[in-house]
Amino acid sequence: MRYEAPGTTKEAAALLEKEKGSVHVLAGGTDLIVRMRLGLVEPDLIVDIKHIPTMQAITASASGTRIGAAVCNARLGENKALKKAWPGVVEAANLIGSDQVQSRSTIAGNLCNASPAADSVPALIAAGAKAIVVSKNKRRTVAVEKIVSGPGQTSLARGEVVEAITLPKRPARSGDAYLRLTPRTEMDIAVVGAGVSLTLERGVVKTARVALGAVAPTAILVPAAARAIIGTKLDDAALDKLAAACSAKCDPITDKRGTIEYRTKVAGVLGKRAAKIAFQRAGGVL
Amino acid sequence: MGHDSTYTNQKFKVVGTRVNRPDGVDKVTGRAKYGADAYAPGQLVGLFLRSPHAHAKIKKIDVSKAEKLDGVKAIITSADLPDLTGDDRDLTDILENCMARGRALYDGHAVAAVAAIDMQTAKKALKLIKISYQKLPHVTDVDQAMEPGAPIIHDFVRDRKTGKPSNVCKISQFGHGDVEAGFAEADVIIEKTFKTEQTHQGYIEPHACLANISSDNTGELWVTTQGHFGFRSTCAELLGMDVAKLKVTSSEIGGGFGGKTHVWIEPIALALSRKANRPVKVVMSRDEVFRASGPTSATSIDVKIGAKKDGTITGATADLRYTNGAFPGFWAMLGSMISFACYDIKHVKSIGYDVIVNRPKVAAYRAPSAPMPAFAIESVMDLIAAELKMKPIELRIKNAAKEGTRASYGPTYGPIGIGPTLDAAKNHPHMRARLKKNQGRGVACGFWFNFGGQTCVDLNIGIDGSVNLIVGTVDVGGSRASLALIAAEELGIPYEQVRANVGDTASLGHNDMTDGSRGTFSSGMATIFAARNAITVLRERAAKTWDIPLESVIWKEGAARATGKGNSNRPPLSLKELAASAPNTGGPIAGHNEVVADNAGVSFASHICDVEVDPETGVTKVIRYTVIQDAGKAVHPDYVEGQLQGGAAQGIGWALNEEYVYGDDGCLQNPGFLDYRIPVCSDLPFIDTQILEIPNPDHPYGIRGVGETSIVPPLAAIGNAVSNAVGVRMNHTPMSPIRILKAIEDSKA
Ligand SMILES: Cc1cc2nc3c(=O)[nH]c(=O)nc-3n(C[C@H](O)[C@H](O)[C@H](O)COP(=O)(O)OP(=O)(O)OC[C@H]3O[C@@H](n4cnc5c(N)ncnc54)[C@H](O)[C@@H]3O)c2cc1C
Repeated sequence: MRYEAPGTTKEAAALLEKEKGSVHVLAGGTDLIVRMRLGLVEPDLIVDIKHIPTMQAITASASGTRIGAAVCNARLGENKALKKAWPGVVEAANLIGSDQVQSRSTIAGNLCNASPAADSVPALIAAGAKAIVVSKNKRRTVAVEKIVSGPGQTSLARGEVVEAITLPKRPARSGDAYLRLTPRTEMDIAVVGAGVSLTLERGVVKTARVALGAVAPTAILVPAAARAIIGTKLDDAALDKLAAACSAKCDPITDKRGTIEYRTKVAGVLGKRAAKIAFQRAGGVL
Repeated sequence: MGHDSTYTNQKFKVVGTRVNRPDGVDKVTGRAKYGADAYAPGQLVGLFLRSPHAHAKIKKIDVSKAEKLDGVKAIITSADLPDLTGDDRDLTDILENCMARGRALYDGHAVAAVAAIDMQTAKKALKLIKISYQKLPHVTDVDQAMEPGAPIIHDFVRDRKTGKPSNVCKISQFGHGDVEAGFAEADVIIEKTFKTEQTHQGYIEPHACLANISSDNTGELWVTTQGHFGFRSTCAELLGMDVAKLKVTSSEIGGGFGGKTHVWIEPIALALSRKANRPVKVVMSRDEVFRASGPTSATSIDVKIGAKKDGTITGATADLRYTNGAFPGFWAMLGSMISFACYDIKHVKSIGYDVIVNRPKVAAYRAPSAPMPAFAIESVMDLIAAELKMKPIELRIKNAAKEGTRASYGPTYGPIGIGPTLDAAKNHPHMRARLKKNQGRGVACGFWFNFGGQTCVDLNIGIDGSVNLIVGTVDVGGSRASLALIAAEELGIPYEQVRANVGDTASLGHNDMTDGSRGTFSSGMATIFAARNAITVLRERAAKTWDIPLESVIWKEGAARATGKGNSNRPPLSLKELAASAPNTGGPIAGHNEVVADNAGVSFASHICDVEVDPETGVTKVIRYTVIQDAGKAVHPDYVEGQLQGGAAQGIGWALNEEYVYGDDGCLQNPGFLDYRIPVCSDLPFIDTQILEIPNPDHPYGIRGVGETSIVPPLAAIGNAVSNAVGVRMNHTPMSPIRILKAIEDSKA
C-alpha cells in the first residue's frame, strides 16, 4: 500500500488518475480507516487531501460559503458566520460521532462515504449545497443530492475528487435545521434524519426544501413535503401534510437499527419538528 | 490459627473513610499495565480464525499453505489439542469452546489459531487456511430451541423423561408450599410472559494475554482476568501441566463483570507458545469479544402471582427459560433460585429450563441470571398493585422477606436489608418529586446471594515499618484500597503506611476468583486475620525485647504496650521500631491467613427511577435514578457507591438499548459498540445512592458483598417507569424506541 499527501488539487487528481489498482481519497479517515481495519477495503494507494491548502479553507464570498473538502467538522462549529448562516448544516456536522471524531471527519467525507444514514447529507441537500468535483482535465459543480447513487456508491468517476462543498448565500428571513433519531444520545447512527431549510415572506413560508436520511438507499429530497408547507404559516394542518409527505416518500428497510414501520412514522415526526425549528430560526412565530 | 469471624460492632478509625486508591494515579495517567500491555523478547502475534456459520460440520481444515508462509511459527487446530479432560464434562466443554472439535457451534467459534512474527503475517496466514464446512440447521431462540423438531445441538444432552436428544440440558425447581392452594386463596391473579434479549458485559478492555511456555513445559501467563488461580488450574489441566509450573500474573483489569471468570483465548495462546517455542501475545478484537466471549442469557419467562385484597401474596410461580449458548450451563437454575428471594411467600415455585442454542457460551454477568426474573416479577408486582389500587412500594413492603423468612430457594434468612431498603425508598425525597407530562416512575427490588470461598493473604512488615499486603483476589473495583484500609484499621496505623498488591500465582496459595462480590468480603476477612497474626508476632517481639511475658503486651494504636505491674512506664514500641529491630528479635515479621470465608451475607436493593418517553418516537430518557442498597459495612464508601452506580448504569443499558441481534442465518449482526449500544455518559443521569449498613453477623466488620445486586432491579424499575409513562405495559427488553413506539401504536389499534 502506498500513501501520498499531495500539496495541490491538481497533484491529487493526477495521482488518482494514474493509479491502476484500488485507490482511495483520505480525508479524516473516520470511515476509511475503520473499513480498512475491518478488512473491507485494501487500498493500493491512499491519497491524503489534508495537506492541500485550498481544501483546508473556509471562504465566504458574495455567492455563499465554500468549505474545503478537508475541513474538519469541528471547524464548522467554530466558524461563527457559518453557524449563523446555516445552523442546520453545522448542527448536523456536529452530531457526527464525538469531539474526537469531529476533529478529524469532514462533510465531504460524510457525503462521499455514501451511507444512507450520513448526518450532514440531508442538511446539505435541504440547504441546496453543491459539490465541486475535480479530475485531471475537468472541474464540475454538482448538486449534493446527485453525488450519492446508492448505499456505498457515488456518481464520482474514477479519478475524481471533491474539492469543496459550497453553500449558497443565506437569503434574508430564512432558517434551516437538522434532527436525527438515535437510540443513544451520542456516538450513534441515525435511524432517521430530517433536514429542512426554508425562507419566509411576511411570516409565510415562501420557499422550502425538505430532505430525509436513513429511510431510503440514499438521502432524499422530498418536494411534496416542501409543497405542503409553502404558502402556510406552518399551522398544524400544514405540518401534518408535511409529515404525511415525508412518510409517503420513505422507502426504508427493516434492519438491526429499525423497522420499516418505525422509520416511516418517525420520518414524518422529525420532518415536522425540524420544520418548526427552521421556521423559528427564520423569524417565524408559531 | 483459628479466628472468630463473628461481627463485634467494633468502632472504626480508618475503615469507612474515602482515601485515594493505590492504583488511581497509574490508571488516570496511562501507566497502568492492562492485558495487552506486556511484552516479551521474541514475542509472536496470535490470531484466531473463527466460524462464519452458526452451526456447521468442519469437514476439513487445510493449513498447509499457511504453514509455509514466511514468518508463521505455529498453527493450532483441535488436532493439536489432545483431550486430557477425562470425564470432567465441564472441562471438555471449555476445551471445545476454546477450539471447535469437528463442529462449529456458533458464529465466531474458534476453529484455528496462528502465531506469526507480526500482525500482517498472521492475518495473511488466516486467509491461507482453507476450511470446508457443511452447514447444519441452527437455532438461536430459546423458545424455538425447546420446540419438538428443533435442530439438536448436542447428542449427549437428553430429555430427562423420554431419553431422547434435547436442547434442554437442565431442569431445576425451587420453592415450597402448594402453589395451587395459594392461588385458590387469591383475590387477584396476574399472569404474564416476558422476554429479555441477550446482553454482553461490555467491558472496555478486550481479553488479552501474553503466554510463554518454555521447552521444559514450565510457563508463564500474563492475563487480564478476574481470577488468575482459576485460569491457572483450567489452563494447566487442559495442557497437561502441573499448576505449580505455570505462573499466572493478573494484569490491571479494564472491566470484567463476570466475563473474565472464564477462559477463552488463554489455553490456545499457551498451546501456540508451546508449539512455536516463543512467547505469544493474543488480543481479542471487539468483534471477537462480542461473538466469542460470554454474554449473558436471553430469556423467556412466565410469571403468575396471586394476592389477597389486602396485598398479601398467597402464591407465585415462575417458569424460566434461559439460553446457555452452545454448551450446558446452570443459568436458569440460578434464575429459578433467585426469582422470589425478595419476598415472604407461603406457596411459591419456580422452574428453570437451561437451553442450548447456537450462540456463544454464556458467562457470568454481574449477579448472573438475576435481572431477568426481577424484570418479570417486579413488573407483575406493579400489575397486582394496580389491580388492588395499592401503591407499588406498599405492596412490596407488605410482602418483603425479613429475618426468619424461609427463602424461596431454601435457607432461612438472618438479618437482611430488603425491608430497610424499601422503607428508605418510601421515605426518599425522590418518591415525592413531581412528575411532568410523559414522565413515569418505577420502583423495583433486587437480590443477590454473594459468595465467600477460598482466600489467602500475606501481610509483610517492611524493614521501615511500612506494610505490604499481598492478596490473591483481583482488584476489579477498588478492593486494594478497601483491603489496605482494613489492614491499617487492625494494625492501628495510617492508611498511607499500607500498600496492597495483587500477588501472582507463584506468591500465594489458591484464591477463588473475584466473583460473587467476594473480593472485599473474603480478602477482607483474611486480611483481618493475617493482621491479627502479625500483631501476635509483634507482641512476641516486644515481649522478647522487654523480657516480659507475652500476656503482658497489648497492641494498641499502632504500637506494642506493656501492661501490668511494673511495666507501665515502659515507652511503647511502635511498628516502625519493632520492624527496625526485627533482625535481632527473630527476623522478618509477617502475618498470613488462609480461610474459607463462609456466610457471605445476602444482599438486597431497592431502586427508584423516573423516565420521560417521547410518545411520538419512543425515545426514553432516564431523568432521575436512585439506588438504595445494604452494604453490611461500606469499607470505602466511594467504591461502594461506584458499584451501586456501575450496576445501575449497566442495568439501564440492558433495559433500554443493549441486545444481541441475530440474523436468520444465525450470525450476530451487531458485534461492535456502534450497534451494540451500551449507554454513553450523556444517556445517564447522575445516579444517586444511599448506602444502608445492616451488618453481616458472620463477618468481623459486618461486610457484605456489594458488587452485583445493583444490576438486578434496573430492568424492572425502568420497565415500570416506562409503562407508567406511556400507559402500556412493556414486557420485552431492551425497551428500545422501536419496541416502545410499537407498543404504543398496538395499544391504540
Ligand atoms: C466513532 C464514530 C462515530 C461516527 N458517528 C457518525 C455520526 O454520528 N453520523 C455520521 O453521519 N457519521 C458518523 N461516523 C462516520 C464518519 O465519521 C463520517 O461519515 C465522516 O463525516 C466521514 O468523514 P471523513 O473525512 O473521516 O471521511 P474518510 O473516512 O476520510 O472518507 C470517507 C469516504 O469518502 C471518500 N472521500 C473522502 N473525501 C473525499 C473527497 N474529497 N473526494 C472524494 N472522495 C472522498 C473516501 O475515499 C472514503 O471512501 C462515525 C464514525 C466513527 C468512527
